[in-house]
Amino acid sequence: MDELKAPSIDYAAVAPILILFGAACLGVLAEAFVPRRARHAVQLGLALLATVAGLVVVITQASTRVTTAGGAVAIDGPAVFLQGAILALALVSLLLMGERKLEAGGAFVPQAAITVGSDADVRQAAHAPGLTEVYPISLFAIAGMLLFVAANDLLTMFIALEVFSLPLYLLCALARRRRLLSQEAALKYFLLGSYASAFFLFGVALIYGFVGGVDFGSIHAAAAESGRDPLLLYAGLAMLSIGLLFKTAAVPFHVWTPDVYQGAPTPITAFMAACTKVAAFGALLRVLYVGFNGLSWDFTPILGVIAVLTMILGAVLAVTQTDIKRLLAYSSIANAGYLLVGVLASGESGLASTMFYLVAYGFTVLGAFAVVTLVRDADGEAGHLSRWAGLGRRSPLIAGLFTFILLAFAGIPLTSGFISKFAVFGAAIDGGQTWLVIAGVISSIVLAFPYLRVVVMMWLSDPSEATPTVSVPGVFTTAALTIGVAMTLLLGVAPSLLLDLTSGAAEFVQ
Amino acid sequence: MSSFPYLSVLTVAPLVGALVVAFLPRSRPELAKWLTLAWSLGILALTVALWVAFEAGGERLQLRESYPWIPGWGANFTFAVDGIALVMLMLIAVLVPIVILAAWHEADVSGRSVPVYFALLLALESTMIGVFAAADVFLFYVFFEVMLVPMYFLIGSYGGGQRQYAAVKFFLYSLVGGLFMLAAVVGLWVAGGHTFDWAALTQIDMSTGTERWLFLGFFLAFAIKAPFFPFHTWLPDAGGSAPVGAGALLVGILDKVGTFGILRYCLPIFPDASRYFAPLALVLGVIGIIYAALLAVGQNDLKRLVSYTSIAHFGFIGVGIFAFTTQAGTGAVLYMVNHGLATGLLFLVVGMLVARRGSALISDFGGAGKYVPVLAGVLFFAGLASLAMPGTAPFVSEFLVLIGTFTVNKPIAIIATLGIVLAAAYVLWMVQRTMQGTPNPALAEVEGMRRDITLREKVVVAPLIAMIIVFGFYPKPITDVINPAVQATMQDVGATDPAPTAITEAAK
Repeated sequence: MDELKAPSIDYAAVAPILILFGAACLGVLAEAFVPRRARHAVQLGLALLATVAGLVVVITQASTRVTTAGGAVAIDGPAVFLQGAILALALVSLLLMGERKLEAGGAFVPQAAITVGSDADVRQAAHAPGLTEVYPISLFAIAGMLLFVAANDLLTMFIALEVFSLPLYLLCALARRRRLLSQEAALKYFLLGSYASAFFLFGVALIYGFVGGVDFGSIHAAAAESGRDPLLLYAGLAMLSIGLLFKTAAVPFHVWTPDVYQGAPTPITAFMAACTKVAAFGALLRVLYVGFNGLSWDFTPILGVIAVLTMILGAVLAVTQTDIKRLLAYSSIANAGYLLVGVLASGESGLASTMFYLVAYGFTVLGAFAVVTLVRDADGEAGHLSRWAGLGRRSPLIAGLFTFILLAFAGIPLTSGFISKFAVFGAAIDGGQTWLVIAGVISSIVLAFPYLRVVVMMWLSDPSEATPTVSVPGVFTTAALTIGVAMTLLLGVAPSLLLDLTSGAAEFVQ
Repeated sequence: MSSFPYLSVLTVAPLVGALVVAFLPRSRPELAKWLTLAWSLGILALTVALWVAFEAGGERLQLRESYPWIPGWGANFTFAVDGIALVMLMLIAVLVPIVILAAWHEADVSGRSVPVYFALLLALESTMIGVFAAADVFLFYVFFEVMLVPMYFLIGSYGGGQRQYAAVKFFLYSLVGGLFMLAAVVGLWVAGGHTFDWAALTQIDMSTGTERWLFLGFFLAFAIKAPFFPFHTWLPDAGGSAPVGAGALLVGILDKVGTFGILRYCLPIFPDASRYFAPLALVLGVIGIIYAALLAVGQNDLKRLVSYTSIAHFGFIGVGIFAFTTQAGTGAVLYMVNHGLATGLLFLVVGMLVARRGSALISDFGGAGKYVPVLAGVLFFAGLASLAMPGTAPFVSEFLVLIGTFTVNKPIAIIATLGIVLAAAYVLWMVQRTMQGTPNPALAEVEGMRRDITLREKVVVAPLIAMIIVFGFYPKPITDVINPAVQATMQDVGATDPAPTAITEAAK
């Protein structure tokens, strides 16, 4: 029997992941040792510092193309790019989480375990400063996502999936306002997420049964090999896809999305909408492009049907929404459909366009949720759309920025939304998937309607007594909103920078 | 090649003006108005310089400028104009100052920001110029879509009637067409080997099926924008609810983007598909002429009536384009200009009446000529121009369209001629019901009706009336510019002008 040897690890290549894990552990310690008053500043500072440090290291590693840790982790073009995207988007999300000016004590509950509605709860909701554990928890989630997009075998991928999912379940339950809704959302997310993970794991088992290994290299080799009945492999891939499509919020695995988006604290919703999407699609890309590309894309029709359903259903259901966060949730479902179109385009342009879309959409959606945190009344955020009537008169600047964001979602030119749609549609037609583009166009038309309705609400209706005031944003939210809108504009007007980056990064190592 | 970058400056200048005006304080409306007017006159001057720099009968696309934009996709900021685009740019430059002057007091009563209203007009001008000046399909598409945004806010924020409904309907209709065009643009990009350059795209070979689908994508967008029957239903709502300034630009210029797009993109890039679908387009055109004219006769709202006449006129333009003769094509392009002048004038005069009466309903008028005789005269003139009375500019174009169509397709030309009769009906009946007959006693109560045309309004209508008369007798300055472009376009679709039958028969 061979002696067990520890694999050599290229520490430089995995440094971003290690930094984030390390910072998360430090955060846990800080929670125990730093005095309560200084905790928020320290934790937020640590989280931001770690994220920036991770981003800097990712940038210095831009040209790394290695597999390391015994082949379990692949740091290649897409991995580095997606890690950079996750870190950049996470940085903005952390800014939103760190905002304490909008609401006394921030968006998070001080003690989640206190019974909702009890005297103690009323007291703590009023002024107690919020939980500071959210920062280390978020760092764990970010670190898990970084590993997720770099995982080179299915077991590492599964572990990463759990590492970033569990913190998210927790974070969802921590809303200061509407706590029951928040807890319900967390429970729902947790239960459905567990099922999805179970499917994923079952898929891994089936694939192991067929391949005799779980790394993408072996899967690729086994899939390409003819002569064996690939039923087991297909079944495994289907199970695996369920787990991943759940995270991407694709129909029919999307049902958690609106409830969780609505119930979670808005900064967490923003975090999920931006970063989780990148992580989930990053893993999906790696599974399909590295592990299963040997199947010569036999699964395209099935995934294509899912993409079409996701686009159409997301768009149609968005039309009927009356709550802004649910509307954005359905819009994010529809956007998952457009991303799937990019994924199915296959080839380098499909990969590059999907990555571009992920970044562009991430910044826009962060900006959108930043606005949602600002529009509030005495009970916190004013989610119901009817309350947004006449916002354009009351706060033209915020309404103007939100209009721009909505135009980006609708895919109007000079916004990043248009460029990303063009990129995925172009890649899809190039890849011979014209039918997906037709469905994409039709759903875009439907989806324009809910966005337009919000614009109409804000500008063309007159303000009423019920129109909430827009809080003066603190410096963190201002920064987050500014970054979101600026990136939406920049990527819409001068997309070349990022497009070149994505096409340069669009190559996996095996 | 010109050393001065006319087209990019012309496109950007209104936008710069819009930004300046938009950030003026709300309390300084007069400053905003004068600044906007001065700015638009500067743009007119620049356009005149452009006209001079353009060499009629020279190269097809002139004054070309190209700057890299998204090199990875082959998208560039390429600007260049042919004769058709040039006359449209001139029409924009002429109409915008007039419209600004006509809309002088319009935003005052809206309760909304006056500077923003004028900034939106300038922003709209910028996007309209961009649409006609672009020679890169991607750039064209960008302007085509962005154009919706200022118009949406102009109608939605400053309009009357059902402004919200009209604005959303306008936006959604245009967006539907735009998104189908997006799919076609992507398809064209793939089929053309990843280029957006107009000149390169006219050279590519496509399979028949691809060409037809892509043609339909573009055509649908343009047919909605124009609007052709049966995609026209947004225009009466938008035109009826739009503020006068935006409405005049809407019926005067914005809808020409549709017919311009067909001439510049559908015909040269998809010549075979254009020939294949021409019968369909001709039939739609003829239905549009008759159907819209009939509906115009029955309208009870002045602004909606003008909108319907506009749809009927677009039927003529469509027939002129798809008849595929140089004569009809020239007539169609000339019609695009003349329609801008005549219908623009009609819309503005109606706007003046509506502002006085506080209502656009025909039944609220009646014998109004007694109170505002000069305005009534101007309305009558605008009506005559609109029905293409000989001696007015639209007559020349309508005549060219019909004669050009008659040589190749007699039934279509004959049915289209019926439209002229109906035009006489809706114009004359409208003038009769509003201006003549027994005065409506309610009018005496209305403060505004005691004031006939003001000096500002005279300045508004005078240049339009002058141009309609001058071009009615002497259209040569325009035809000289558009003829080569139309000929080139007709050659693209392989249309051979029939030899004049009378002469050939005489020679036998």
